[in-house]
Amino acid sequence: MNHAATEMKEGAPAIAIRGLRKEFGSVTAVDGVDLDIANGEFFSMLGPSGSGKTTVLRMVAGFESPTAGTIQLGGTDVTKDPPFSRDVNTVFQDYALFPHMSVTQNVEYGLRVKRVPRAERRKRAQEALESVQLSQYGARRPGQLSGGQRQRVALARALVNRPRVLLLDEPLGALDLKLRREMQVELKQLQRDLGITFLFVTHDQEEALTMSDRIAVFNNGRIEQVATPRDLYELPATPFVAGFVGTSNVLDGEAATALLGEPGIFSVRPEKIQLHLDDPHLSDSATPHAVTAAGVVREVVYLGSATQSIVDLDLGGSLIVLRQNQQSPSEGDVAGRGARVHLSWLREHTVSVAPQPVG
Amino acid sequence: MTPSATMSPGFRIVLRTITCLALVVIYAPLMLVVINSFNASQTFAWPPTDLTLDWWRKAVDSQGARDAVQVSVEVAALATVVALVLGTMAAMALQRYRFFGRDAVSLLIILPIALPGIVTGIALNNAFRTVFGLELGFITIVIAHATFCIVTVFNNVLARLRRMGISLEEASADLGASTFTTFRLVTFPMMRSALLAGGLLAFALSFDEIIVTTFTAGAREQTLPIWIFNNLFRPNQAPVVNVVAVVLILLSIIPIWVSQKLAGASEGLAGR
Repeated sequence: MNHAATEMKEGAPAIAIRGLRKEFGSVTAVDGVDLDIANGEFFSMLGPSGSGKTTVLRMVAGFESPTAGTIQLGGTDVTKDPPFSRDVNTVFQDYALFPHMSVTQNVEYGLRVKRVPRAERRKRAQEALESVQLSQYGARRPGQLSGGQRQRVALARALVNRPRVLLLDEPLGALDLKLRREMQVELKQLQRDLGITFLFVTHDQEEALTMSDRIAVFNNGRIEQVATPRDLYELPATPFVAGFVGTSNVLDGEAATALLGEPGIFSVRPEKIQLHLDDPHLSDSATPHAVTAAGVVREVVYLGSATQSIVDLDLGGSLIVLRQNQQSPSEGDVAGRGARVHLSWLREHTVSVAPQPVG
Repeated sequence: MTPSATMSPGFRIVLRTITCLALVVIYAPLMLVVINSFNASQTFAWPPTDLTLDWWRKAVDSQGARDAVQVSVEVAALATVVALVLGTMAAMALQRYRFFGRDAVSLLIILPIALPGIVTGIALNNAFRTVFGLELGFITIVIAHATFCIVTVFNNVLARLRRMGISLEEASADLGASTFTTFRLVTFPMMRSALLAGGLLAFALSFDEIIVTTFTAGAREQTLPIWIFNNLFRPNQAPVVNVVAVVLILLSIIPIWVSQKLAGASEGLAGR
């Protein structure tokens, strides 16, 4: 082991990435990424496939070498270090469990290659398996486990080494929805208990919002925005973020100018919008700061707990309105397809996602 | 394998008949050899009037046959070892690294198995004698056999590496294992059954090779196939040849059975 790499520098971030680039032939996968990830932070890299998030993760792990830029772990430059001398461990998307070894042998692998005495590594492997509720499965082969169990073994195999940073590459992607939700909570809890920095890659915005302290949204090899889940959702900085995180609801062109009094591209979250069958300015519910727009309902989608209506605005463009189904039937149902409606929302819920009018 | 429900009963009967016919065509002559090894008639009169163990006794005593078997086993073993080492290294280089001319190298490695033996034989014969100045004998047979034995190992290992993917080796490196440790603890154990299957096939290929051997063996060395060929038309040796053939049939069953077992085992492995 490289002891210089395991030494922690005072106050240095767990991961510091500067000017990171990666080109595969003529394709630029990562195009100038800067990131600081604090110690003990649950940090997610969110983006569509091919946006460069996994490539960044693989460069932090050491599986790919950057075309340009540097990576520091705890203040030490590791850009040129091979994977086996970096103080990070990875949970792979396909788990990458060794099929020819038992679960226990898999978990203690990292300790074995670091020549930890057999008795101690057995003990630590057993503890790691207990922490993921798999202490009874040590003798099994990975092939005899379910997907969720394999996922836990992969987690135990990484955590048993007590890395400073745990890298997770879409670790929940192969699980079904119910199991994924459970694992999200469990992972978050584990991270809080252990105090290890998690760098988590996902294309699922809900997953990122649920688990992360901060999120970086990737698009075309660049970072669009780094923010807390709340800020990312409430204050998206770019049209891409507004569209990728949460439901896309973008106002632009003439409608934006007419409704909001200034040109640009703006985002409103669907649940912030009220739907009225009559003009709210004529009724008591009108508030001075409200923005109102008239339109025709194009589509009504029943979602169980909520109803989603798509409204074509008279001024051009369309907005999605989400209403909780508190009463049954809700007003969204009453305002069926083709109904004339009025929409209203608070001015402060309109977020500019591009200050200058584009194109 | 379960019988397909989409097959009509008539079609199934046709398939069964064809299968039986094919098996008869293949195995009836082999049975004939087995029976003739006990046939008391030196000219293999059919049907046999009497059975005898004389030929088996003679075969055991035949110095020529025993020497030939020994040469063949030694050649096949050495050629297999060379093929295992070089074939594995070539497969790993071609599967794990990208470099200019990779596809061409891959083709060049596989080509010897498709080349007519007579071409390989003549080419090697010329090269050994004129360019390298080697005297034809044991070593030249081993080298010649290794050229096509490498292919079976190469193909088996390449397929295994391809199916294995890169993530197991990455996981090993990620957990702190050096390149060599990763090979020792992960890559090699994962390849083991592929190496055994490739090695068995290489051994079998070398053991019954006759064309290339004819051109590279020289006057002193005789492998088993060459001994059989030389003795087949000598009236007093022909019965012994039958016995040797029966022994070879029995011996061939072992590697095929083992490699079939291995293939089954590694299919189970793939379903992870």
